[in-house]
Amino acid sequence: MALIELRGLTRIYQSGDTEFAALREVDLDVDSGEFVAVTGASGSGKSTLMNIIGCLDRPTRGRYRLAGRDVAHLSRVELARVRNEFIGFVFQSFHLLPRTSAVENVELPMIYAKVAPRERRQRALEALERVGLAERAGHQPSQLSGGQQQRVAIARAIVTRPRLVLADEPTGNLDTRTSHDIMLLLSGLRASGITILYVTHEADIAAFAARRLVLRDGVIVTDARQTPTDPHPELCS
Amino acid sequence: MIAFGETLRLAQRALRRNKMRSFLTALGIIIGVAAVICMVSIGEGAKSRIRTQIEGAGTNVILVFSGSSSSGGMRGGMGSQPTITFDDLRAIQTEVPNVRAAAPLSRTQSPVISESATWTTTVYGTTPEYFVIRNWSTLRGSSLSASDQAGAAKNAVIGKTVAEKLFGVGTDPIGQVIRIRNAPYIVVGLLESKGQGGMGEDQDDAIFVPLSTFSARIQGGLSNYVRGPIYVSAVTTEAIDTVRRDIAALLRERHRLGPDEEDDFSTMSMAEMTGMLTSAMQTLTTLLASIAFVSLLVGGIGVMNIMLVSVTERTREIGIRMAVGAQPADIMAQFLIEALTLAAIGGAIGVVLGIGIGELLAARFGWVSETRTDIILLSLAVSATVGVVFGLYPARKAARLDPIEALRYE
Repeated sequence: MALIELRGLTRIYQSGDTEFAALREVDLDVDSGEFVAVTGASGSGKSTLMNIIGCLDRPTRGRYRLAGRDVAHLSRVELARVRNEFIGFVFQSFHLLPRTSAVENVELPMIYAKVAPRERRQRALEALERVGLAERAGHQPSQLSGGQQQRVAIARAIVTRPRLVLADEPTGNLDTRTSHDIMLLLSGLRASGITILYVTHEADIAAFAARRLVLRDGVIVTDARQTPTDPHPELCS
Repeated sequence: MIAFGETLRLAQRALRRNKMRSFLTALGIIIGVAAVICMVSIGEGAKSRIRTQIEGAGTNVILVFSGSSSSGGMRGGMGSQPTITFDDLRAIQTEVPNVRAAAPLSRTQSPVISESATWTTTVYGTTPEYFVIRNWSTLRGSSLSASDQAGAAKNAVIGKTVAEKLFGVGTDPIGQVIRIRNAPYIVVGLLESKGQGGMGEDQDDAIFVPLSTFSARIQGGLSNYVRGPIYVSAVTTEAIDTVRRDIAALLRERHRLGPDEEDDFSTMSMAEMTGMLTSAMQTLTTLLASIAFVSLLVGGIGVMNIMLVSVTERTREIGIRMAVGAQPADIMAQFLIEALTLAAIGGAIGVVLGIGIGELLAARFGWVSETRTDIILLSLAVSATVGVVFGLYPARKAARLDPIEALRYE
């Protein structure tokens, strides 16, 4: 069964009398453990698609089943619960809480998942270890490099053991070398069965995925399987 | 929704992250609560002091005032026109049963000159009975005597403050000469200290001379009429009411007032005086406390203001929290508890500060500060309410943010 199942998904923004369809009748299935790059020009609807898949927004029409559950028309409260339970987010500008240590940032989703403090700390430290930042647990975002901040954000995204991680241009603010490190890290998460969708408009970043979606004017125009980039390019050169 | 304790921790962490701002916000509440506590404490202190002072002056004392006047449509209040004569006074002394003593008390402000100093004080003209009524004895020398009164002697009995101002601390004033309105007086007695009176005045800042001398040399007037109130003491506290009734009946008869006519005099017991003054103090205290409560309200608006700024400034934080699964109620609770914590901490500091300032002012100005537990609880309740009421709007605003918009906010 597909983890994500979209049928006839339409999202219309209304401003005054004019209507604008950001997504038009989108059908999409993503299976568990897939690694999908979503590309497209700005305004093509990829952010809207990600927001709806991330349960941050609701479609105007159409059906969205996440892990078999219809989530298209849930209330705000229920959507928050779904996000907390099923989805991890990674953002372009990291979105860590300022003046808050790395480990506390990672703990954040577990606070809302009602995990006990002791277990929370332990799991946060484990997640930081997975992204290779165990020794920076006490550092605040301002004391970390961009790549390290994004690693903290990834730790935060996976600490609740979500089924799905959504990354919105995760490498947009990073240099090429760090970008590739981050992509390798994300790609490695598939081993634990996490499904990953990420938005990018850089070809070399999109090349990390095994499947590539291209959106144009609110429609998926390309949906192609591809052979992912060799995860260790520097070893071959 | 997450547990309350968790929300409390989130709120506290957020407040600690911005210590200076948190402090400044709480300051409004601190000042408000401190003002309320301080004002009410001092007001209460003043009230209880009036009570003890007046009761100390004698609970069996009645004051008789010349009455209200009414002529040509103009009405004057108590004492606006002399109506009681010295014959009336003698009648009270002799004809009313259960009267222990009665004494008139005239007064004026005047500079008094000694060899080394000048001091402006209140000069009283009275008869020896006054000191009996007030239960006021001399520390040195003797009090005014009947012969002083009869002979209009230029003798004076002075209070402790006057003695210190005119002759210096620790000097024996007995036998010294002072000049009042260009006439020399011999100091024959130094009164024991009475301290502050019910109105906060210094009762030791006074000079007493025989009434006869006072009328002749210091302040003349209609020779038949008593100027100022008459102090009457009843033999017992229980006799006060009958004595008042008897005095009233006597004066009505002597003044030939018909049954339809109003009294042209008035009487007042010390108990009534206490009631009157304390209720006046109560009004003042209430007024001051209301002003203080307004400042507490302003403090609350300050909290709202900062919380609104905080919501705007932390829009992205709210977006992040929502993205990772915070429900609108969680966000709302966090901001509400932040406001409430500020108000509660401000309230607690305000209580301590208010009591402290009250004590300090009391010590500085010789007042009494009396802290009331119910006012402390009320202030805390009000500041907590202020926190909730003024925290509610910003918290709702935060909870209603759209996560996508909030995340995009720069």
